[in-house]
Amino acid sequence: MIDPRSLDDYRAHGGYKGLARALSLGSDAILTEVTASGLRGRGGAGFPTGIKWKTVAQAKADRKFIVCNADEGDSGTFADRMIMEGDPFLVIEGMTIAGLTVGATKGYIYIRSEYPHAVEAMNAAIAAARRGGYLGDKIGGSTTSFDLEVRVGAGAYVCGEETSLLESLEGRRGIVRAKPPLPAHHGLFGKPTVINNVLSFAAIPFILAEGAKAYADFGMGRSRGTMPIQLAGNIRYGGLFETAFGVTLGELVDDIGGGTFTGRPVRAVQVGGPLGAYFPRALFDTPFDYEAFAARDGLIGHGGIVVFDDSVDMRRQARFAMEFCAVESCGKCTPCRIGSTRGVETIEKIMRGERVNENIALVEDLCNTMKFGSLCALGGFTPYPVLSALKHFREDFASLATTLQAAE
Amino acid sequence: MSLIEEIDYGTPRSKSTTMVTLIIDGREVTVPEGTSIMRAAMDAGHQIPKLCATDMVDAFGSCRLCLVEIEGRAGTPASCTTPVMNGLVVHTQTERLKKLRKGVMELYISDHPLDCLTCGANGDCELQDMAGAVGLRDVRYGYEGENHVFATRHGCDNDHWMPKDESNPYFTYDPSKCIVCSRCVRACEEVQGTFALTISGRGFDSRVSPGMSESFLGSECVSCGACVQACPTATLTEKSVIEIGQPEHSVVTTCAYCGVGCAFKAEMRGEEVVRMVPYKDGKANRGHSCVKGRFAWGYTNHKERILKPMIRERIEDPWREVSWDEAFSFAAARMRGIQKKYGRDAIGGITSSRCTNEETYLVQKLIRAGFGNNNVDTCARVCHSPTGYGLATTFGTSAGTQDFDSVEDTDVVVVIGANPASAHPVFASRLKKRLRQGAKLIVIDPRRTEMVESPHVKALHLPLMPGTNVAVMTALAHVIVTESLVNEAFVRERCDWSEFEEWAAFVAQPKNSPEATAILTGVNPRDLREAARIYATGGNGAIYYGLGVTEHSQGSTTVIAIANLAMVTGNIGRPGVGVNPLRGQNNVQGSCDMGSFPHELPGYRHISGDAVRDQFEAMWNVKLNPEPGLRIPNMFDAAVEGTFMGIYVQGEDILQSDPNTSHVVAALSAMECVIVHDLFLNETANYAHVFLPGSSFLEKDGTFTNAERRIQRVRKVMTPKNGLADWEVTIGLAKAMGFDMKYNHPSEIMDEIAALTPTFAGVSYAKLDELGSVQWPCNDKAPEGTPVMHIDGFVRGKGKFVVTEYVATDERTGPRYPLLLTTGRILSQYNVGAQTRRTENVVWHAEDRLEIHPHDAEQRGVRDGDWVRLKSRAGETTLRAEITDRVAPGVVYTTFHHPDTQANVITTDYSDWATNCPEYKVTAVQVSPSNGPSDWQKAYDAQARQSRRIVPAEAAE
Repeated sequence: MIDPRSLDDYRAHGGYKGLARALSLGSDAILTEVTASGLRGRGGAGFPTGIKWKTVAQAKADRKFIVCNADEGDSGTFADRMIMEGDPFLVIEGMTIAGLTVGATKGYIYIRSEYPHAVEAMNAAIAAARRGGYLGDKIGGSTTSFDLEVRVGAGAYVCGEETSLLESLEGRRGIVRAKPPLPAHHGLFGKPTVINNVLSFAAIPFILAEGAKAYADFGMGRSRGTMPIQLAGNIRYGGLFETAFGVTLGELVDDIGGGTFTGRPVRAVQVGGPLGAYFPRALFDTPFDYEAFAARDGLIGHGGIVVFDDSVDMRRQARFAMEFCAVESCGKCTPCRIGSTRGVETIEKIMRGERVNENIALVEDLCNTMKFGSLCALGGFTPYPVLSALKHFREDFASLATTLQAAE
Repeated sequence: MSLIEEIDYGTPRSKSTTMVTLIIDGREVTVPEGTSIMRAAMDAGHQIPKLCATDMVDAFGSCRLCLVEIEGRAGTPASCTTPVMNGLVVHTQTERLKKLRKGVMELYISDHPLDCLTCGANGDCELQDMAGAVGLRDVRYGYEGENHVFATRHGCDNDHWMPKDESNPYFTYDPSKCIVCSRCVRACEEVQGTFALTISGRGFDSRVSPGMSESFLGSECVSCGACVQACPTATLTEKSVIEIGQPEHSVVTTCAYCGVGCAFKAEMRGEEVVRMVPYKDGKANRGHSCVKGRFAWGYTNHKERILKPMIRERIEDPWREVSWDEAFSFAAARMRGIQKKYGRDAIGGITSSRCTNEETYLVQKLIRAGFGNNNVDTCARVCHSPTGYGLATTFGTSAGTQDFDSVEDTDVVVVIGANPASAHPVFASRLKKRLRQGAKLIVIDPRRTEMVESPHVKALHLPLMPGTNVAVMTALAHVIVTESLVNEAFVRERCDWSEFEEWAAFVAQPKNSPEATAILTGVNPRDLREAARIYATGGNGAIYYGLGVTEHSQGSTTVIAIANLAMVTGNIGRPGVGVNPLRGQNNVQGSCDMGSFPHELPGYRHISGDAVRDQFEAMWNVKLNPEPGLRIPNMFDAAVEGTFMGIYVQGEDILQSDPNTSHVVAALSAMECVIVHDLFLNETANYAHVFLPGSSFLEKDGTFTNAERRIQRVRKVMTPKNGLADWEVTIGLAKAMGFDMKYNHPSEIMDEIAALTPTFAGVSYAKLDELGSVQWPCNDKAPEGTPVMHIDGFVRGKGKFVVTEYVATDERTGPRYPLLLTTGRILSQYNVGAQTRRTENVVWHAEDRLEIHPHDAEQRGVRDGDWVRLKSRAGETTLRAEITDRVAPGVVYTTFHHPDTQANVITTDYSDWATNCPEYKVTAVQVSPSNGPSDWQKAYDAQARQSRRIVPAEAAE
């Protein structure tokens, strides 16, 4: 049995090998390794981690910070939670390496309040790492200091957006900051900050321990390494499945997930959380890869896959996307603040059969305004589920209208 | 004349000196690095649509109207938050952008009332402008959806709707019109620094909220007006605009309240003021304001304002309204009669720090040349006369060394005996902004002032016992000298080295150490040492001080000690440092400059100097008396003694503002002719024989000089309601006394001042109109004025260190008077309150209260709000108590804004050894429970009522 909170168990299974090598390499060499690994931000944006770290490393400031985004709020995602509960030292080691790479001595893990066990596990592991000399002064016997604290969110989805997470960490309302300035230049408390997802940090120890090439050998195209994919929703074999990029959506849903739990045909799959696009079976040949999904107006996001069978009403799913945005909008930018509410209302009008064609056109216009006008990905990505539902499942929007018109 | 429209560049100016060139809409634009694309476009004359951006606050990026396209970059970045870069090619108008902007505006208008025609912002609404700018023609969402507009929806209460908040006397908050741009919230934070506003809720529920959904009046809002100014819609609107409508022309003028000297646009409709809006080009205020200047100008129309001249034989008689000519000849006959009977020196006058430079100059000219003596003094006697003395002695000029912009370069700010958050609010806001950027703050004050308690500001507070300033200053010097923190290079180059050595030896004595003086001062020696180290080593150190320094028996000594500190650390002669007196009244600097003191002609030149006198005699065509005249306290003493019998008081309420009221009453009662020239029947007028109605700052031309020596124009926006501007009244009185002064316009008076005063030699109305303002010295050497003084060396030559021995005041506590009273101000009221009490500002401060520590209160059985008797060796009064630990045990505090309290009944005759500036800030008192007003207060009230009776001229017909 492995005790996830035991430092000894972690070390017995190769833990802190990455940090040991990192300490021997020094900042520049670590940056080279991380960049060469091809690791991209696992929170969803897919920004190359090496470049982000390098920006912070080169920024001049009296203090720098490492922040771990563990505000895992996407529907059907649980990879962060499983890592924090089951392998908390992996995150700590990844953050510690980040700290010594960029010259930060303090890190925060921002965990959503709905994850009490993860909070407890992380706190226990931090305490153990401190006791073991892996956090605090002179980590791992080096001259470098690094320490961590857990901060717990207050139930706002938007605080998973990195800039509102920073606002929240600073004790303010969780509203999105405009970028630029980037957090790498002007982050937590105005200082250069590395902010990465749990999964990104968790990938770091392997990359350092085994070398960039060992990691980059996995994957396809510009998506290197592996991704913990979360299968959820109406699926027979739900759970976490870590695999290299390149596996197709169909393989994931049908072969690994075993189709729907209800046994009915799979009709739609939402990839990448509540702001991800709905893909029909026709797109099941899409390989799991940032660029391949983007090319088909989708996103892989945080690797969450939610499966729906043929009983799904895609109008309601489109409406739900807008409603989710309306509930979770921070309210700063206009397209998201007002647009999401108007989106719900307009889709409801479509559902009631009111001026269906005009209102569908209005929803499409609204999606354009939100997609290109919103300040952050919440308002900006809400159009993905809405437009994909309209594009791939148009029949759901016309059907009631047709029946009503027929009834006249 | 038309409405002055200031360009809103959308984002603040970048201070960078590195220039960046880019192409916007095909035009090459070169701007400082750090400029936003929005501002760069505005520079090129292209206004990108915007709603959440305004150049008084940092970019926010929320409205999403200002999106642009940049060649080679994906997406549509917001131009307000995107900085310029060399070589960028930006397009501000494309098909894609047009569609996006229209989409955003359609959303805005789907949650906004369509009552534009009857809306308070009609004609001044950015939302309306933007709907027009993007060509919005249709709102396809309809108006039946969720909204903040209607009180009911589908027959039920609309939970989103909030009623209008009209609690603030000057502006309304209508949440139904709010577009949640956060400009008000950001203005409150970034410009004012109060953090009273926030956004409550999130998403569609987001709404501007004062505090935790309080009313504006009930919240921490200080009514500075920054939010109202920032609001692009009718959400926050001046009540005067709602009532009157939009202004049609505006005139730039200068506020007549405190010494900050804020520039305002008086926005007018005909001769009616619609609103006063701070002017962004005002170099003192940079577009900010406080509750007084922004809103409290209603006194100019107050029903108690006197508009007709009045006279009476005896002060027991009712007033009789008469013509100007009758008033002038009555006054002249009396004054000349007194001179005949008691001698030429038996009359005098007091110039006003509220009036213009030109008016002040005329009054002292009338006295010196017309009265034939030098019995002229001014209210600066009771406030900043020690500043004049102390800074002239050490540096060589009687004024502050910096401009207010200097605070932007300051690293360590020491505030001594001043509470700018209340008394100089706009400067306080600029200071707080710098503090939030990381500058350090040291506050030396008996009371935990609003500066100490400012949000997001950490102050090192040295709470000293009143009256121990010199001991604290010398202890700071002790630490600097004994810990070798002296800037020796500066001292050797700029100061007299042998005087420095003598001074250094003095301050280094063990008796001056923080530890030795702690028993007197009550200041923790560790904190004091830390303060000294921070000031000496923390970068640019600037000292700002107020009347808590000067109004002491050792006021001048403290000013000198402050100057010593600045010299020993080299904190003089560049931006970000200096010694900065915060002047109380709008033109107290000017009234001092204009020769208001008995011993000094304009420009601080001694009356005994033959060469100087010759100049004035030649210009004025009279012989001047070379002997200095009487100071205010001497005038009172002489009156009681029977040798000073007539006085002309312009715009100054000496009865309420001078110490030891009973003594002032005795003096005024003894005089045979008291001429009061004022807007209102003030307290002094109760003892007057002639009342000459004054004109407000809106009704005349002239100049004010603020605390940073900045000379700014006061411009007439309406005909004097009393018929004559104050300068014309003085000329009329002078003429009746046989001294003819001929001026057609105040500009001619300024020309005479410039001709006679070297530091003003380059000043003219033409130059002021051209440059907006100048800081004296303004002459051939500095034709555009002098923002920072003593740059290459001190005006007097070598900086002079003077030994500052602490001598305790004679006013001491003892068994009968165990507490120390100190006095101060509150934000909403101004000085003796003559103006602010006659405005809606009374909702914030309807009476003076006595702040007392819970410990002292409990010992005396005083509860919060109780009436208490406040008794000193000089007198007693009653007022209500406010129990607070802002004051230390043993110290009580009150304000002097209300005549029915008459705090100066309590204050004593003790004064500064050098200048007679009264010791307002230290009075030994006892506090005890009371049932209500004292006998003195009742008698005073009865006399005042009796004295204010007026027989109208019409009734006599």
